[in-house]
Amino acid sequence: MKNIKYLVAGVFFGIVLVKAQVISWFRIQEMFQLTSFHMYGVIGTAVVTGIISLQLIKRFNIKTIAGDPIAVVPKTFNKGQIIGGLIFGIGWAITGACPGPLFAQIGTGFTVVAITLLSAIAGTWVFGALKSRLP
Amino acid sequence: MQLLKFIQQPWHWSVSGLLIGLTVPLLLILGNKAFGISSSLRHICAACFPADISFFKYDWKKESWNLFFVAGIALGGFLAGHYLQDGQDIQVAAATQQRLAAYGVHDYSALLPPEIFSWSNLFTWKGLIFFIGGGFLVGFGTRYAGGCTSGHSIMGLSNLQWPSLVATMCFMAGGFFSANILIPHLFKWFE
Repeated sequence: MKNIKYLVAGVFFGIVLVKAQVISWFRIQEMFQLTSFHMYGVIGTAVVTGIISLQLIKRFNIKTIAGDPIAVVPKTFNKGQIIGGLIFGIGWAITGACPGPLFAQIGTGFTVVAITLLSAIAGTWVFGALKSRLP
Repeated sequence: MQLLKFIQQPWHWSVSGLLIGLTVPLLLILGNKAFGISSSLRHICAACFPADISFFKYDWKKESWNLFFVAGIALGGFLAGHYLQDGQDIQVAAATQQRLAAYGVHDYSALLPPEIFSWSNLFTWKGLIFFIGGGFLVGFGTRYAGGCTSGHSIMGLSNLQWPSLVATMCFMAGGFFSANILIPHLFKWFE
């Protein structure tokens, strides 16, 4: 039952994704065709909000609702961020979705995106199987 | 009812960005969870088809919050899609509309073009590219990169992580190539 709060957070986030139209294939084409500021505005504002939030959490040593300390694990660099990043970018423009929006697109009624999601799960699985042989 | 009408309009990018950004502290305060969605695909693999692959041998149940979160996203998508829309066409830049017309895309009544994202396209080249190929690249690429737009571009950049900046620049580079070179060529070759 402790996970129900994350379901509620997901509902909130899913509603925001739809109303922000960031799950729209049209908005993704605009972003990469540089014909609209919308996506840049959304992502830019989200990053600034995130930076300020994390600084406040660190500065005031804010705890979780259970009273535990908040610690964010740093990211370590590897070549995957370049190669995998390029591969994901290609897929992002094609599907008009990163993983989060896939779930939201299905929710809004584009049920065929379930095929895209299954294929994304297959892609993750193939990565796991090949991991030791990739650069 | 005034409020409902107000919410049903498309939201301004600043409001949208603020609320997406606030998801970062929300998840941290709820339980010290790092915002990131593509991991859910890995947990699904680990739970359903681990196939003795070491990458999928971990206690996914400890990460099950992530699966509740994505289930919530689908439910939120349903609620927003069915009850919080104003029924107007999506406003798309004229220059993009012109380019999409060459793809046979003319219907702006929903967030995705039904000319592409329909079950009837599943066994055509569009289904192969837009659902199966595109989905595969998203799943493979995000796991290889160790995160997606949420984990790197929002969570990682919020925490001032330079590997996330590298990843984000590569996401964008791949997207520019795909939207401006690859997709127009695909329509030229196959249509």
